[in-house]
Amino acid sequence: MRRTRPALLLAGGLAALALSVTVTVTIGPASITPAGVWASLGARLGIGESPLTPIQDGIVWDLRMPRTLIAAVCGAGLALCGAVMQSLLRNPLADPFVLGVSSGASTGAVAVIVLGWGGGVVSLSAGAFVGALLSFGMVMLLSLSLGGSMDRVVLSGVAAMQLFSALTSFTVLLSADAETTQGVLFWLLGSFSNVGWADVVLCAGVLAVVMAVCLAHTTTLDAFAFGEEAAASLGVRVARARVVLLTATALLTAALVSSVGAVGFVGLILPHATRMLTGAMHARLLPVTAVIGAVFLVWVDTLARTVLDPQEIPVGVVTSLVGVPAFIAVLYRSRGKS
Amino acid sequence: MSETGTFGAAGAGTAATAAEDAAEAVSGARGGHLRADGVVRRIGDRAVLDGVTLAPRPGETVGLLGPNGSGKSTLLRLLAGVLGPTAGTVTFDGDPLPSVGRRAVARRVAVVQQESQTQTEMSVRDVVGLGRIPHRRAWTPVTPDDRRAVDTALERTGLADRAGQSWHTLSGGERQRVQIARALAQEPSELLLDEPTNHLDIQYQLDLLELAVSLPVTTVIALHDLNLAAMYCDRLVVLRDGRAVAEGTPGQVLTPALIRDVYGVRAEVTGEGERPVVRFLRRGDPDV
Repeated sequence: MRRTRPALLLAGGLAALALSVTVTVTIGPASITPAGVWASLGARLGIGESPLTPIQDGIVWDLRMPRTLIAAVCGAGLALCGAVMQSLLRNPLADPFVLGVSSGASTGAVAVIVLGWGGGVVSLSAGAFVGALLSFGMVMLLSLSLGGSMDRVVLSGVAAMQLFSALTSFTVLLSADAETTQGVLFWLLGSFSNVGWADVVLCAGVLAVVMAVCLAHTTTLDAFAFGEEAAASLGVRVARARVVLLTATALLTAALVSSVGAVGFVGLILPHATRMLTGAMHARLLPVTAVIGAVFLVWVDTLARTVLDPQEIPVGVVTSLVGVPAFIAVLYRSRGKS
Repeated sequence: MSETGTFGAAGAGTAATAAEDAAEAVSGARGGHLRADGVVRRIGDRAVLDGVTLAPRPGETVGLLGPNGSGKSTLLRLLAGVLGPTAGTVTFDGDPLPSVGRRAVARRVAVVQQESQTQTEMSVRDVVGLGRIPHRRAWTPVTPDDRRAVDTALERTGLADRAGQSWHTLSGGERQRVQIARALAQEPSELLLDEPTNHLDIQYQLDLLELAVSLPVTTVIALHDLNLAAMYCDRLVVLRDGRAVAEGTPGQVLTPALIRDVYGVRAEVTGEGERPVVRFLRRGDPDV
């Protein structure tokens, strides 16, 4: 099996990402050119003058840019977390939400929006973050008390997911009016509207830290290929590695879900698609899958906000509608090779 | 660098073993590298291992025999440091394993399990490369040393031309061979094998044991088959209910009395000297 060189793949991916960001911020009702965006960026860094009018400048830098960047951060983070989860749990069906993080977040968000918990002081994101951490904490405690093996972790995650989903549905059906219900549903499926620079900075910061933690553990993740006992006999401190990596990915997932809702598909499928390019060794897989996730979500969000303009489609819906056929195509191609 | 281990001097295997023999003769009191002294492992009230001492001499192949549940696997896991003993100690060069550290132990002691399974899509070279994990540092790419160790291990196990092949396309015997190559890439001084031939055709069983005993490392191998143990091991230790009930050369250990005692079956033992042959008897067969 010949594989594309990962350095080349990574460089190409980063270039594609930069290009995608500058192209997608020009797509929309107000017409702006990519060259204009670059010149405007230069002007902001003190080189040359911006060709954009103040309104165009506002559209690019206050509306579209934070939205595009959070899509990139979110795509990178979810793909990274998904890849780590699948390896750590030795389960190809694992995704970033398998530890109940997204279900807990939705319950937290609903508690804030519908029940008015936090008395208006606590934001939706903060409520979601607390809910996500509660759910993750419950899963960890439950799985540890059950012996701490990986299948117990997955089963505990399933339990938490069911519990918090039920709490969310119950709360919405009981207390919310139609408009709030639609708002909640929209948030549950993931949406990049209403994000600002604060969300971008926070999520990008968490992504940078968690990415560094994961990249420091690439050989550890490789060692789990043949199970925990094999990993231990290769010198891995299994319990410690498990806690560090699960906590890091849960924190990142919680930060992302709290800002933009639970965007599905990316964290489940993109790691698999990337493995077909890079192989399963994590030093190659993790950076490449993050870049591919970023590019993917930037374009998906552009579709989501333009296809039915002015109506916006939830990103989570588009990821699956676009991603599933693409993934099936990849599966068919790889079937021919093996 | 002493840390690269015995196998680091690949090709000079016998020389390394001889040097170690000499070293042991000098250091004497410290004994071999890896040893277990009076180890006990309890699960609840039951002692899975009950005071076993095992001190393989450098370079030799020790066979662990005993019925299912006699404690063979547990002893190997204690020796690998994957489990901790309830009482007693496992030491490497005199230091208890916990104080040596997991990574340092993994640079000296390699394990091949009964059967290895993965859902991960990996090439043979990828799998063998896992053996370099205890030698690698975070953030550091694969070094020329790593590559050399993997190449040497592939060659030594006759897998050099299979390096690019997918793990999932290999037969059971080939997979075990790859796992031995992975163990060699760890450049260990001790190799622990837990019933490595269990699911293999006889041709692969002989191949694998032939390979295992040809390696310039100290080998401890749990086996079911008494004849394979007699053919390939320098010394045998027999476990029953967590205790060592016999120890010595195959000729000393494999007697009809011991086999009846430990396994509860009648057998005839023939063959001269250190490589006896065991033939089991049917109910109606007369005692020999």
